[in-house]
Parts: sequence; structure tokens; C-alpha cells
Amino acid sequence: MAIIKKLKAVKIDQNHLLGIQDISFSQVTEILKQAKTFITLNKSSSKKMDILRGKTQINLFFEPSTRTQSSFELAGKRLGADVMSMNIVNSAIKKGETLIDTAMTLNAMHPDIIVIRHQDSGAPNLLSQKVNCSVINAGDGRREHPTQALLDALTIINRKDKVEGLKIAICGDILHSRVARSNIYLMNMLGAEVNVVAPRTLLPHSIERLGVKAFTDMKKGLDNCDIVMMLRLQNERMHGSFLPSAREYYEFFGLTPDKLKLAKKNALIMHPGPMNRGVEIDTNLADDINRSVIREQVELGVAVRMACLKIFCKKN
Amino acid sequence: MKETYLTNARIIDPKNNLDEIGGLIIDTKGSIKAVGKKVANGNLPSSANKIDLNKKVLIPGVVDMRVFVGEPGYEYKENFRTLSDAALSGGVTSVVSMPNTSPTIDNVSMVDFLKRRGRDKSKINIFPAATLTKNAEGKQMTEFGLLKRKGIIAFTDGVKTVQDPQVMTRIMNFASQSGSLIMQHAEDNILSKDGLINEGEISTRLGLKGIPFLAEKIIVERDLSFLEEYFCRYHISQISSEKTISVIKKAKKDGKIFTTGVSINNLSLNENDIGDFKTFLKLSPPLRTEKDRRALVESVNDGTIDVIVSDHKPQDEESKRLTFAQAATGATGVETLLPLALELFHNKSIKIKQLIAAITTNPAKILGINKGNLDKGNDADLCVIDINKPWIVNKDKLKSKSKNTPIENRKLQGQVLKTFVKGELSYEV
Repeated sequence: MAIIKKLKAVKIDQNHLLGIQDISFSQVTEILKQAKTFITLNKSSSKKMDILRGKTQINLFFEPSTRTQSSFELAGKRLGADVMSMNIVNSAIKKGETLIDTAMTLNAMHPDIIVIRHQDSGAPNLLSQKVNCSVINAGDGRREHPTQALLDALTIINRKDKVEGLKIAICGDILHSRVARSNIYLMNMLGAEVNVVAPRTLLPHSIERLGVKAFTDMKKGLDNCDIVMMLRLQNERMHGSFLPSAREYYEFFGLTPDKLKLAKKNALIMHPGPMNRGVEIDTNLADDINRSVIREQVELGVAVRMACLKIFCKKN
Repeated sequence: MKETYLTNARIIDPKNNLDEIGGLIIDTKGSIKAVGKKVANGNLPSSANKIDLNKKVLIPGVVDMRVFVGEPGYEYKENFRTLSDAALSGGVTSVVSMPNTSPTIDNVSMVDFLKRRGRDKSKINIFPAATLTKNAEGKQMTEFGLLKRKGIIAFTDGVKTVQDPQVMTRIMNFASQSGSLIMQHAEDNILSKDGLINEGEISTRLGLKGIPFLAEKIIVERDLSFLEEYFCRYHISQISSEKTISVIKKAKKDGKIFTTGVSINNLSLNENDIGDFKTFLKLSPPLRTEKDRRALVESVNDGTIDVIVSDHKPQDEESKRLTFAQAATGATGVETLLPLALELFHNKSIKIKQLIAAITTNPAKILGINKGNLDKGNDADLCVIDINKPWIVNKDKLKSKSKNTPIENRKLQGQVLKTFVKGELSYEV
């Protein structure tokens, strides 16, 4: 009898958000719909709800993160969940414990949601196979960062009413970017036309197979775009000989007022942060309240994460 | 030992160009006394041991050129006894053991240990390989002459590649004096650095760093260029990409003499099988595209590729239950090599004679050992197969100590019924 019980326990219907690739159009629509209701809530004076009261949320961040971690923490707290953020630097993982062992340990504490960020692609998938709660991917390796793409979509919808029919350029280090991949999947799903713009050394192999047009000339890539999404360029890319210098990069791939002229007049500038001013984006453009929606992205991020927590939290 | 008469079998021996219904006599010393259609049921002495094989296929025992044992240092992954059991159940009677142990097989004192353990604990023939360089570090060459005299059959850094071109030329130059066989795992370290799977659409989608085909191709091109100046017995352990095949074809056309192997994994699986980060399919060389796989299969069929190996690399569960980036590389395969290879015969990809040659006659010839054929007077290392019998791979039923098979639940056609080593029935289903 014990064995049968054990088998049943594994079969509990689990609800994970591992990547945009794994969710359906209707799920996306539902998340965005719910998120919109939380935007107003987040602006009100009483922000606390009790939708997740009694639920436990564990934030498991193996990579340093400021905005994503605090955004998830705030989202959980506003929904009434008990939120615990694990400090990996001091944990047993640093002492050699494997991801699965950590997962099993946390699982024994009966959490309802684990939010995970990990430097290895596929880590949330592995975790989701081993725990009895919902797993939400807060960024894994260079694979996916689904909530970032969802908040980007919400930001676009907030300003342009819809994503369908828009032309979106994603510019920068596509090769190492999970944000780029999740956005490619999501914007395609929502009916946008997606361009990626990057030097050849920072374009992943067969990127066109993901349904985008690839450009190495920013002027062509930005032509007639509604949205210009800039990606962060990490400094270590200079050392790996992906690029000759920050100066060369800025000259050809940095977003400047000149290059922005090629996009539509009312084109929006987005950035997942943190920004490198003067490396990938002109500092005045980043702060231009008429064009840049970078702060709005952060604001709506909390709403999107609230919607994701609500929808994906394990059902009793 | 009594004389044994195996009768009424379909005998396939690529070396002697034999494919006929007949029998085989094992003499009292465990050697092959006679083989062919003349050995028939009618005229057997009454005292002899008789086995009617009922039209089942009889082939020389399989010779697997690339097997990782685990002894010494990694006994928890595989030891000589478990390897022997696994090999016999797959019809494999001879293996070349890779030197990537702890410590590495790079000096004569280790050879005695290996030979003794191999003899005491296993029933199969173990042919140990030693490293090309001390500790497989790619710097200082090992004692080719002394090691060869001790019984080392081939030299390879196993999972590693000699990166330094100067060291490689000197190795090729020096090893040729002793007639040593050099086997290179072809992968450029720098191009493949941190790489996990084939570079392409799948690596982009999974967000895993890719290993470009160029990493393999340039080492093959380099070594084949060296071969012009420093001729030696040279074997490319395994290739994975279509692009490498064209290099090999061209070199052969130019008259260069060398041999090439391929892992059964690269013939039977492709990068799509990795699916949702299946670490059991983290292999080296990596699984590549379906186009590459087809080209490799065709190259075995047309003789461009000489040998199929299992690349048997046992890994304990703990080293595979990690994220894809952290998981260990390799898959078990010695016991499924033959049945999985037969899939390529059943789906009409490779002719039976060519297929059997690639796992018996050809590797034996490259290694310079009198195995993999049914010559009169040879040790009766034999394998009897029911070539049509269907079965499903179940990791818990496999005999290897580690369970990291890349083909769990695969439906196979063709099962090993009996395996003889030196005339002795060492395995029976």
C-alpha cells in the first residue's frame, strides 16, 4: 500500500513556469489580464491582499540579482504569502551540496512556490522534477527569463494597447541573453515581428530558426520599429574576444539619438536593466521620459510577478 | 574440455567472406577446429558436446575498441567483473580499456596491475591502452616502447586530445619506431571550451554553450597533415560530424593510410534526443544533427568509417543527477552495442557484413590482434544472436554497475543468446 501511495504522490498536478516555450497563448493572456488588475492595486495606498495567505514562497537565487529578487519578494508579500529569500552565499550549496539535495531539503519544508534563478540553463526544469511545489523560473543560464518577457509585453501593451502587428528590435548581446530568448518566443506568440541586432560574435547559431530576422547593421535592424529593446552588455565580453572594445561597440551598436531616428517617431526604448550608460545606450536617451519606459518596466514587473505567483501557485 | 560441435547456424565471418548455414567445431583446447557448411548434424562423434543453433546467427565475438573500466580509482562506477558480465551479455569478448583511470595508465607498473585484475576478475579479453602523455596532460610522452613490450596495445589520451601540435608531431614521430598505434580523441580544447552539446538551433534554444563541428574537424585536419611528415599507425577514435567525413574521404583519396571509428551513439541518436536536458545524452563527441547521423551511417556502409565502438563510459547516478552543465559526460553501451548496431541492419541502413566487420574484423585488424574472425586455430571467441528477437532496454536489467544508458526503453531487435570465450560458454540468455 505504501508503494501505491508514493506513486500517487508523484502524480500531483504541478504548475510550473519554466519558460515561455512551455506555456500556451491562453496562459499568457490570463497572466497579462491578471497583471493589469494588480497595476492599479500597486498604486493604491493599501497594497496588501490575502490571495496567497498561508502559502510559502521560497526565493532561491544562485546568481546575484537586485531587481528580480526584490520584485518577486514584494509580489509574494503583497499577495499575503510568507516569503523567504535564501542567501546562497552562506548556504550548504557553497559547501558542495547539489541542486537536487537542496531541493529535497527545501521540499521537506512544504513550500508552495519556489522561485529559482540559476547560472545553469535547465536548472529550473531539473528542480521541477524533484519537488512537490510550483517552480517559477527567474532566469536560468542563457535559456529563459519568462517573467521579464511577460513584464515587457505588459509594458508594451500599456503604451501601445497591443503587441500584435508591432515591429520589435532586440539589440545587443543576444548570444548570452535569456531575456532575448524569452522575448523572441513571447513577442512572436503575441503576433509581433521581431528583429535581432548584434555583432556576429554575439548572435547565437541558427537564431533565425527561432522566428526572427537577424541584422548586424543597426540602421537596418531598427528601420521602422515600434519598440527598441536594448540588452545589457557585460564587461567580461571584451575579454573573451567577442568584441574589440566598448568604444567600438558603442559606435556601431550603442543606442544613440541618431540611430533611434531610423525607428518610428513614437518608438519606445526598453531595457531589462541594469544599464551600462554609454556602452549600450546613450545616457540622455535612457532618461528621456517621452521615449524610455525603463522605469515603467520595473514597476509593472511587480504586477506581472504577482499574476504569475497567483496563477502558478500550487492548487490545493 | 570436451570437443563442442555448434551446428545448424548461419555463420557470418566478414574476414573470410563467409555467410552460410553450417557449423563450427571447438577443440579440446578451446580453439576453432573447423568452420563452415561441412560441419553438419549428420556426422558427429557421439562423445562430443553438441549444440544445435537452429539457424541462429553465429559471429566472431565482438571487439570493442573504446571502453572505460573504472579500475583503478573509479571502482564504484565499474569494475572488471561487472564490465565482463556486461560485455558478455552483449556478445563482446574483447575490449580495449581506456587509460583515464586514477591513477592514469601511463607507466609500466600500472600495466601489470591491469593485466592481473583483468585476468582474475573478468572472463573477457582485456587489451589495455596507455596514455600518449604522462597523466594525459598532453605534455610529456609516455614510454611507448617499454609499454608496448609490456602488452599495451594502443596509446590514447582517451577523453582528452593532445592539443600542442609540437608534442603531437613528436609523438607521431617517436611512436612509429615501436610501431605503436596512436588513437586520437579529436577535439580542439579551446574551440570546445565549456561546450555542452552540438552548436546549432538546439543549443540556442536550450541555452547551452555549443561545441562547433570545427573543434573536431581542425584536429583531424591537423593530424592528417602531420601524418604526411610523420607516418605512424594512426586511428581517429570517433568522429561525429559530416564535415569531418569529407576531410577523411579526401585524405584517403590522397593515399593517406589511417583508420576511423564512430560511437554507436552517434549512429543511433541525434541532438533532438537530448529533449528536456537529459544528462544521459551528454556525450563526447556530442550528438549532432540528423543530417550528421545519416552521413555517419552512410560512411560505415561505404567503408569510410572502419569501426563502431560503444564508447562505454559508466557514470554513477550522482554524477548525472545535476544540471546539464555540471553533469558528467558519457553513457554506458558495451552490452547494447551489438543489438543497437543491428537496428541499422534492420532499418536497411547498413549491410550485415559491413556492420559485423565494423565490430569484429576491422577493430581486430587495426589493433593487430588475432580476434574478430573465425580462422581455424584461433581462440573460439564467439557470439550467437537471435537476429530478429525484439526486446526493450531496461536499465535495471543491464549488468553494468552504472545505469546511465542513453537508450532506456528503446525497442531493439536482435538479442545475444550465447557468448563463448576461448571455447567456453561464458554467457547464455
